[in-house]
Amino acid sequence: MSTGRKDPVAFVRTEMLAPAAPPPGQVGVIRWVRENLVSSWFNAILTFVALYVIWYVLSGVLPWTLNGVWNASSLDECRTIRDARGLETAACWAVINERWLQILFGFYPTDDILLATLFHSEALAAAGGVDAVFNGGMNATQRVEFVSAMKNNTNNGLIFLFGYWRPLLALALMVVAVAPILYSGLPRVMLLFSLAFPFVAFFLLWGGSVWLPVLVALGLIASILIGRAVGGWLGMLGGSLAGIAAFLMIFMNPLSALGVTGLFPLLPKFLGVMDSILPWGLTYIPSDEFGGFMLAIIIGTSGIVLSLPLGIILALGRQSSLPLIQWVCVTFIEVIRGVPLIVWLFTASLLLNYFLPPGTTFDLLLRVIIMVTLFASAYLAEVVRGGLAALPNGQYEAANSLGLDYWKSMRLIILPQALKISIPGIVNTFIGLFKDTTLVVFIGLRDPLGLTNAVRATAEWNGIYWELYIFVGLLFFVFCFFMSRYSMYLEQRLRTDHR
Amino acid sequence: MAEATDPPRETFRLSQLLYDARYRSMTIQVVAAILIMLLLVELVDNTVTNLAALGKDIRFGFLWSTAGYDINQQLIPFSSQDTHARAALVGILNTLVVAVLGCILATVIGVLAGVLRLSKNWLIAKIMTFYVEAMRNTPLLIWILIVFAVMTEATPQPREFREGGSASMILWDSVAISNRGVYIPRPIWAEGSGFVVAVFILSIIGIFVVRHIARKRQQDTGQILPVFRISLALFFLPTLLAYFLMGRPVTLEMPELGGFNFTGGLQIRNSFIALWLALSLYTSAFIAEIVRSGILAISKGQTEAAFALGIQPNRTMQLIILPQALRVIIPPLISQYLNLTKNSSLAIAVGYMDVRSTLGGITINQTGRELEGMLLLGIFYLITSLIISAAMNFYNSSVKLKER
Repeated sequence: MSTGRKDPVAFVRTEMLAPAAPPPGQVGVIRWVRENLVSSWFNAILTFVALYVIWYVLSGVLPWTLNGVWNASSLDECRTIRDARGLETAACWAVINERWLQILFGFYPTDDILLATLFHSEALAAAGGVDAVFNGGMNATQRVEFVSAMKNNTNNGLIFLFGYWRPLLALALMVVAVAPILYSGLPRVMLLFSLAFPFVAFFLLWGGSVWLPVLVALGLIASILIGRAVGGWLGMLGGSLAGIAAFLMIFMNPLSALGVTGLFPLLPKFLGVMDSILPWGLTYIPSDEFGGFMLAIIIGTSGIVLSLPLGIILALGRQSSLPLIQWVCVTFIEVIRGVPLIVWLFTASLLLNYFLPPGTTFDLLLRVIIMVTLFASAYLAEVVRGGLAALPNGQYEAANSLGLDYWKSMRLIILPQALKISIPGIVNTFIGLFKDTTLVVFIGLRDPLGLTNAVRATAEWNGIYWELYIFVGLLFFVFCFFMSRYSMYLEQRLRTDHR
Repeated sequence: MAEATDPPRETFRLSQLLYDARYRSMTIQVVAAILIMLLLVELVDNTVTNLAALGKDIRFGFLWSTAGYDINQQLIPFSSQDTHARAALVGILNTLVVAVLGCILATVIGVLAGVLRLSKNWLIAKIMTFYVEAMRNTPLLIWILIVFAVMTEATPQPREFREGGSASMILWDSVAISNRGVYIPRPIWAEGSGFVVAVFILSIIGIFVVRHIARKRQQDTGQILPVFRISLALFFLPTLLAYFLMGRPVTLEMPELGGFNFTGGLQIRNSFIALWLALSLYTSAFIAEIVRSGILAISKGQTEAAFALGIQPNRTMQLIILPQALRVIIPPLISQYLNLTKNSSLAIAVGYMDVRSTLGGITINQTGRELEGMLLLGIFYLITSLIISAAMNFYNSSVKLKER
């Protein structure tokens, strides 16, 4: 503008000031501490108390844990080592080190032949080869001696990997089978394997002839196909009745009262034929040799898988407009929920034989699985009912006005939404079921907690508590914590309202 | 001109039973009824056949025969000469006492943990998260066994309480924690103590009356009485007055070490303590989550609205937040109480003589009446839980939002 006149303003800054650093109390660690630990006097006191509690607990627990003795063969030896080191307290982790296989698998037999051929071929050859040792050459006492000598010379890790390859393989396959259900990103073809997995797992865990699970699977497929074929012709109701009839024909002997025994059941006849043609199989292991954490996983997984569909059906039945169905479902749910699981387990072990046809014997493990399933399904039914009730009525009306029949509207409209709402409750029920598997110890199954008693009953480890409880507790914690985190992930993924 | 045609006459064809929605529900129910009847007949028939094969029948007479076993914790007098029915009653009382005490302690710990988990203090919140997750993700049975092991293995023997021993009693020499149980003072009810108890009960009733009056007055006039202070005074003052007026009729008998064990006082068995503490700690973790979610469920707008109306913070909590949060909290809380009651059947792990161990355990073993014993046991638990859920339904309907 003007050039000759002097600018009235004495000084104009032309460059920006560099931004000043925030006050030290407002950044980084100090700010975090101020806001989260000492925001007020009361909070400061709380922090102080919390720090004291943490210090108190850790000062008791940490030395005990970290100074633990890992290598000893008995509790006395542990204590001797502890005293030799001049420690006041020390955990005796040696018991875990020595007995972890037992807690994981109970008295499930190892594959001794595999262990011997892989790691002790010289000893095996010296004793006369596989046939001489395991197939009749030796008497039972000699064989037990050979096996225990062999196991004493084998690392526990190797026994774990090779001696227990059957449950381990089943577990690995379970992960494969469960993965496509848990994560929708995986190819859908894998679901076929998930369907086949129960039969594979049965074969691996129990052994016996391979044809039993194969034929059962075929029989199931056959009854479903028959049901579908009839259903296409007679509708849903007729179809399911035909399927059930076919199932009974194939697996059971429904007409025995009428004196018809020649044709049914088909299964054992085929089994005999197939076994004589192709005698494939694994060593049969009866249920009462199952035990340990493996047992918890078997009962828990079967209970979870079986109780979900049953629970959904019960919930639908409870919401049903048919009074009889509703009444039956309500009674079932309330009776099951009103009585503790222990009482049901005792019922399964003491009374179930009274209710079954005379002469029927039932595997105890199977009875337990059935009871646990029924128990969990009643709880699930209530959870799912909550989800169903939370849906606005408009959803039901919309499904009806589209002309969908009951099952289609449930399958396509109602259940996807209701189940999504009830995911946290469902997973909580599953976690509860998994934790409740420990109760089977009271009816004589060897669950991990029962096995801690077995360990304590030996002379070497008499009087040891904490280490065993901590180990078992951690095993359960890992599984349950994983389940609860997964449910959070699922909630996040299925959240469709963009809030 | 078109012929007027009659509407097609209603005829009934058999296929309508399957395809007509009006009749189909009937068909399904009839089929279901037949199937259920068949199943029941089969079950009863099997049971009768099996029992006959074993030479048994269904009779409940065994309840009135001599039990012949002792129960180590009795709220009512019981000896081995009493009947099985009385043994069952002792067991029922033991179950109820551990359940009620467990519910109280679990609520206290749970509310505390739930509120602290929402604390602004990071450290406290994390500790509480750790507590809740550790409790919720491990089986209750482990906790019961751990607490039992603590009580029996980590506590001193009675002889260590002697002069020069390593242990000493706590709370002014009134409570002894030993591996044979916890010994606490026993109240001795002398002449006139009935009056004191009556006064105490009356003052409790008085507290409820005062609360009711205060609420009514607040709704009518808007005035708020200092309810808490009045209640506190009512709780202590009349009873203390009566106690001194009657010349201190209630005295305490202290536990004392005599010989190898404590004499006098009240012995609380380790089995009871283990069950009670473990049940309370385990359930409190679930209650903490319920309380936390209940508080979080009330949107922040409610607090802000109350502040905008000029209501003070503690009144906001009392009048705005709590009534709404309780509506969310109480139903799951009651079902946790139900779970605790049922979980008390885990008493079997520590040998606590609850109803399952008396009626469902020793009685069954002695008489061989599995069917009847389990039936009665199931009915007891069923009735208990039906009562609790009836209470819950009553509460639910009384606090339900009245929508039009």
